[in-house]
Amino acid sequence: MTPESGPDIGAAAIEAAIRSPKAGGPALVAYLTAGFPTRDAFAGLVQEVAGVADVVEIGIPFSDPMADGATIQDASRVALEQGASLGWALDALADAFPSGPPAPLVLMSYLNPLLRFGMERLAERSVAACVSGVIVPDLPYDETDEVAGPLRERGMGVVQMATVVSSAERLRLVGEATSGFLYAVTSLGTTGSGSLDTSGVTRFLDDLRAITQAPVCAGFGIRTPDHVRSLAGHCDGVIVGSALVETIGSGGSAGAFLRSLRIG
Amino acid sequence: MNNAAFEIDEAEKRRLLGELLAGRLPDDRGRFGPFGGRFVPEVLVPALDRLEEHARAALADERYHAELASLQRNWVGRPTPLCQAPRLSELWGADIWLKREELAHTGAHKINNALGQALIAKRMGAKRVVAETGAGQHGVASAAACARVGLPCVVYMGAVDVERQQPNVVRMERLGAEVRAVESGDATLRAAIDEALRHWAGDPIDTHYLLGSSVGPHPFPWLVRELQAVIGRETREQMLDQAGRLPDVAIAAVGGGSNAIGFFHGFLADEAVSIVGIEAGGTGAAIGQNAATIATGEPGVLHGSMSLLLQDENGQVQETSSISAGLDYPGVGPEHAFLRLVGRVSYRSITDNEAMEALDACSRMEGILPAVEPSHALAGARTIATERPGATIVVNLCGRGDKDMPILMRHWGQR
Repeated sequence: MTPESGPDIGAAAIEAAIRSPKAGGPALVAYLTAGFPTRDAFAGLVQEVAGVADVVEIGIPFSDPMADGATIQDASRVALEQGASLGWALDALADAFPSGPPAPLVLMSYLNPLLRFGMERLAERSVAACVSGVIVPDLPYDETDEVAGPLRERGMGVVQMATVVSSAERLRLVGEATSGFLYAVTSLGTTGSGSLDTSGVTRFLDDLRAITQAPVCAGFGIRTPDHVRSLAGHCDGVIVGSALVETIGSGGSAGAFLRSLRIG
Repeated sequence: MNNAAFEIDEAEKRRLLGELLAGRLPDDRGRFGPFGGRFVPEVLVPALDRLEEHARAALADERYHAELASLQRNWVGRPTPLCQAPRLSELWGADIWLKREELAHTGAHKINNALGQALIAKRMGAKRVVAETGAGQHGVASAAACARVGLPCVVYMGAVDVERQQPNVVRMERLGAEVRAVESGDATLRAAIDEALRHWAGDPIDTHYLLGSSVGPHPFPWLVRELQAVIGRETREQMLDQAGRLPDVAIAAVGGGSNAIGFFHGFLADEAVSIVGIEAGGTGAAIGQNAATIATGEPGVLHGSMSLLLQDENGQVQETSSISAGLDYPGVGPEHAFLRLVGRVSYRSITDNEAMEALDACSRMEGILPAVEPSHALAGARTIATERPGATIVVNLCGRGDKDMPILMRHWGQR
């Protein structure tokens, strides 16, 4: 289905951006918490990140981020204290990219802020802000159809997650249902935590690519060029979240950090 | 999931209540009408599937029930007594009965669920148990149950609660559990659940999450209800036996709602019994001053289920306030949201001060020092006694007040 406001957004745009990254190696999907470290910094940061990354995840802060580790918990708390919200973030994105973003934008939000905003309203406002899809960490496959209708009707991607503990049947279902890309959760636990077992993960990623038409992006625990190198060839993209938020939090350059992860 | 799902007509209310009474709720998706469900990260889905499978197998297994019944009798001290409260009855102008759950081992109803789940964890082959706690009662119950069945236990407890329920921290540690203070979020029960869920997501295969209230993703609200329903079954039988009649009113305190859901289930089918849940009214009606979720919350998703939730216009969960750590929670079990929706249970709130007055009255008049949580239910009974003089009211006295000494000293010390 063609998105209403042009050909450059929606699930198809996410897939295309991951299949044809801006540089060699796997596509780079970068995560930012909207409103961290300040609301004023958001437009500049998202422009900088979208200029380097192939897809940008915009994290909407939530009071109870149960899938997130300490880094994103803290960033979410700071962003909420600054008054960041879904409505504000959508407005800020529309302002930051008046002629469309240089990389597809994907909202990453827990379910409750989306429900409270209203799914129909979210779909309309997302299209207006050139947002191409959503990732909802507390919305598993079984519950997705009930809430995602308005987003899918507009061609937006609704990204599903696959984990190393999911059954083969479950992986087949999420692989079929996902749109935009399939989010391969490469370590147990929360974002940014634990150590990445790259050798164990490559086989999981290879299996996933066999069961889905969508590109497969690996995320959770990826923070170094070595991680990216070890996963290259087993996935279509890598997702970098906590490590980027840490860089931003310590005053480092988001663009330079992301460029350091380009291995091609 | 639109707003129409939360606004239903009388016929639909009757139909849904009929489904519940027929034992068909939660449905196979873990829903109580529009509430409940399973809103969790994908990584927890296999663990929840596996828990449901093992829990259903256990609850259908005579050997499980025989082991549970034996431990309930000899280790927990069930059945807990029902006793009439003659002097409170005279003082408040009603016929007051107390279900003595505070006499259960470890001092509260929490042991019913903790023991039942610990036995299931053992059957599942879990290597360790993680639990959250608010007042500390579920943490103590989990620590004791895990000690009894021989499983290591980690308890997450908000840093604020660690401070205000210090005696229970010491008890948990003596019972062999590791207590981890949670500084994140609001540092109370809600943050402890967030942290326990994170722990579980990091080890979903070998860890069993022993959730202590009738909240969370399916199958927890169902499983906790089934394990707490013993309270209501006993109470109904004891009322018929000792009072020769059913009560006019059954009343219990509701935080997440586990003692209440187990108690209420004894009376849901008895149309003549009014059922009342009492929430924490804190210090006032404004947002942030209380934990009266059903009174002022709106539909939303927290900790894995759709229920009523104290939240702001952006869907952010609100801070709560209550003198009772066990009721200090911005959500409520999905079955309570359902029972309110279909109109079978009415919910009210009681302020901190009203609860403390009732605690004092029960202590002085009956020689029973209740916990701050059921003191809310007692205060509710006093209010209802003024509206229905002479009514027979049974209160679930879900915990004893020993753990509340720091709160009591502070409260009366300030007078």
